[in-house]
Amino acid sequence: MAEALSRPGKARLGRLFVYGCLVVVALLYLMPLWVMVVTSLKPLDEIYGGSFIGVPKVVTLDAWRAAWSEACIGTECTGLKPYFVNSLLMVIPAVALSTGIGAINGYILTKWRFPGANFVFGLLLFGCFLPYQAILIPMARTLGLLGLAGSIPGLVAVHASYGICFTTLFFRNYFVSLPDELTKAAMVDGAGFFRIFWSVILPTSIPIIVVSCIWQFTQIWNDFLFGVSFTSGSSSPITVALNNIVNVTTGRKQYNVDMAAAMIAAIPTLVVYIVAGRYFVRGLTAGAVKG
Amino acid sequence: MSASTRMSSRLAGWLPRIVVAPSLLVVIVTVYLFILWTGVISVTSSKFVPTYDFVGLEQYVRLWATPRWHTAVANLFIFSALFLALSTGLGLLMAILLDQNIRAEGALRAIYLYPMALSFIVTGTAWKWIMNPGLGVQKVVNDLGWTDFRFDWITNPDMAIYTVVVAGVWQSSGFAMAIFLAGLRGIDNSVIKAAQIEGASLPLIYRQIIIPMLRPAMLSVIVLLSYIAIKSFDLVLALTNGGPGTATELPSTFMFSATFRRNQMGVGAASAVMMLMTVAAIIVPYLYSELRSENNG
Amino acid sequence: MSTLEIDRVRKAYGHLEVLKEVSISIGTGDFLVLLGPSGCGKSTLLNMIAGLESITGGEIRIAGKTVNDLSPKDRDIAMVFQSYALYPTMTVRQNIEFGMKIRRIAQADRDRAVKTASDLLQITHLLDRKPSQLSGGQRQRVAMGRAIVREPKLFLFDEPLSNLDAKLRVDMRTEIKRLHARLGTTIVYVTHDQIEAMTLATRVAVMKDGVVQQLDEPQAVYDRPANVYVARFVGSPAMNIVPAVLEAEGSTATAVIDIARRPAARIAGISLSAEALRRYAGRKVLVGIRPENFSIATKSAASALTVDFDVVEPTGPDTLAVFQLGGVEVTARLPPRQARAGREAALAVDTSKIVLFDSETETRID
Repeated sequence: MAEALSRPGKARLGRLFVYGCLVVVALLYLMPLWVMVVTSLKPLDEIYGGSFIGVPKVVTLDAWRAAWSEACIGTECTGLKPYFVNSLLMVIPAVALSTGIGAINGYILTKWRFPGANFVFGLLLFGCFLPYQAILIPMARTLGLLGLAGSIPGLVAVHASYGICFTTLFFRNYFVSLPDELTKAAMVDGAGFFRIFWSVILPTSIPIIVVSCIWQFTQIWNDFLFGVSFTSGSSSPITVALNNIVNVTTGRKQYNVDMAAAMIAAIPTLVVYIVAGRYFVRGLTAGAVKG
Repeated sequence: MSASTRMSSRLAGWLPRIVVAPSLLVVIVTVYLFILWTGVISVTSSKFVPTYDFVGLEQYVRLWATPRWHTAVANLFIFSALFLALSTGLGLLMAILLDQNIRAEGALRAIYLYPMALSFIVTGTAWKWIMNPGLGVQKVVNDLGWTDFRFDWITNPDMAIYTVVVAGVWQSSGFAMAIFLAGLRGIDNSVIKAAQIEGASLPLIYRQIIIPMLRPAMLSVIVLLSYIAIKSFDLVLALTNGGPGTATELPSTFMFSATFRRNQMGVGAASAVMMLMTVAAIIVPYLYSELRSENNG
Repeated sequence: MSTLEIDRVRKAYGHLEVLKEVSISIGTGDFLVLLGPSGCGKSTLLNMIAGLESITGGEIRIAGKTVNDLSPKDRDIAMVFQSYALYPTMTVRQNIEFGMKIRRIAQADRDRAVKTASDLLQITHLLDRKPSQLSGGQRQRVAMGRAIVREPKLFLFDEPLSNLDAKLRVDMRTEIKRLHARLGTTIVYVTHDQIEAMTLATRVAVMKDGVVQQLDEPQAVYDRPANVYVARFVGSPAMNIVPAVLEAEGSTATAVIDIARRPAARIAGISLSAEALRRYAGRKVLVGIRPENFSIATKSAASALTVDFDVVEPTGPDTLAVFQLGGVEVTARLPPRQARAGREAALAVDTSKIVLFDSETETRID
């Protein structure tokens, strides 16, 4: 009897412990975001008055406004707005290019395997794990030679080139699971290389297209190394501009503007994450080839 | 059969190779040729711009004679070891806890993973603010009454590297969790049931059966996190900018500042080659084994 | 006219030879089944007929025309796959139409063809559904519909029934047979299931290790298997193969089994050509007896074999009795309730159905 009673009690205690741990960790994870949001909504005086983690006494969007259109990046006091636009102009073509090319590469490497296809895949795959420091100098020279140095099209080309490695991995791993009989059936039906891709394969790959776009969007939007190495001044992407705002400000440090700026840089990827988190996780775990 | 049909079917046979060729060319140039190019620059006396007078291994000698590089390498070891151990441990723990039929699993998982969606620049900015001794966590705790409490790692050269570890773990442990969770979901339930019928306790089942079965996931996590650790650049730059002084210098930041700030392109290239070799030593065997086992099975 | 000639066709991947000079030829309206275990090369051969795999050597002719270098779309064939390979994002109608659309056939003709095929297969009510909304049997019908609308010279079926459950498999088998009878087209059908081969084929090619072991009508393959391999592969339970020594007795032969035992078991009255009799008299042979060629005999009958039943398995219509004979396990198919485990029994053998094999080459002796 005692045992029968204590066992569910013990189990309940165990559950409580599990939930407790999970919630505490979740709060720790949310804390930085919380701090960023509340700080960005506080007036500067309140911050220097010692309010760090608490709810703002006065909610103001001044810091957001300043970060968006007034803050100084170097000598230009334009706010993040033009850099946000730069990032958009960079990310959209780069995502479209790398996803499109990755899709057709994945299709070839699974459904039209040729001798050496595996080697080709291996070559592309290593590109996913390239420490970009190893190519910074030649890339800077090459962009200069092509007349693309310091320009958005230059960044698009860089991101699309290295993005191909990831997108090819995504699409290859997805297409591997599609039965080969599908392409065979289409061939017997009279469809050719492009027709099969367009009419049969592509319509089945919406999920992986989403995965690829989200992954590429996040990676390229968040990139800093290429941005800081290959651009300067007004052609920089938003991450570079944010770093400048945070590091360059002189005088009384405007923490609320810093946090608002960080939030502005974070919002696009956060929104994508909230809307399509499931696909984002698939992109993450795809790096573990067989997770 | 007409000659043209034969021609077109031959062309069709080559079409896939023709279509894949441009991307292959791009990757060969931008990855492999550029690596070679960097290698070449590392054995020249290049300073502000590449020059091609060869000086042998002089730049490598100079690199290894630079105290700042020693700091960077030492930091990389400290950072990688702690970052890997903490992220893997925390990730595994959270994955196991989340795998207990948790009601709000989706929401919790989303919370653990959202830092991965953020730029390291954003993460660095946020943590820099949190760890600010004058206004951040230290002040909050001081105001609560523990006036002796000190959390000034970020301004302390001996401790600053650990702030990078904290922010890095916060950002990446969710990633480890996601891979472990996928691994746990892939384990056949009947194995666990069989062990339960034999009377094994839950902790024993995890220790003896489940965690050993997660070995492939473990390998992936360790390899991918090592890669993240080695290329960490943005985080350090945003959080500490390599400082105080050179206290949080890493090979990645060293390479960047040598090349673009201090006009030591040769030394920068040499450090890049060192980084590449480290990454390749970890990644190439991993990719090789992954691809090979995929072909076998 | 849609004949198929496979003329000394070879397939090799590097040094690995998967098909060794295969020659098969069938006429218009024939139903050829390529039968064999996995890895015997039957699917490879089918893919080569379809143009999905290249031909290393030899020639394949469809309706008299060499197709070696033609792509699948120019061969005038249609194919049904094991996994059905329906295009998942298209509706049933779009799936069936796809091939015609690529061939730029007018919409009105397409509609007519879809209607005819879907009526024939009774899938008209499914035309606007997606493949994921269909059951296995329905998907199978759609896959066949996709093949039928093309009115090809040659239908190719690649293990089309192996993804279906047992009951549906039997139904669809009948369906395919009916379809063949109605359309009268030439069909090549790959399977590892000998019952499918027996029920459907007009010609069966039993394959092993890239070699055709026997090419004949199904009943002939069953009654007169070319070798021990075919004998064991076709028929369930398999043909019993018992080692014995042959003795000539006048114009017939007697198989002496279990010489060591006293008295040895003897099966007398096996008819054999005079030449074979002369050659094999006194030599070791393998005696092939189908399970149904045993029957219960009266104990007094001189020709009866005395056996001990180890295991008795009633299947309903009859009972399978397992016993030892000549050092091997032998199965007899007997009427129900006539055998009991652990009992001694006398069995008669229908000697007219016995097949003898050479003990070394394992080929049939005539």
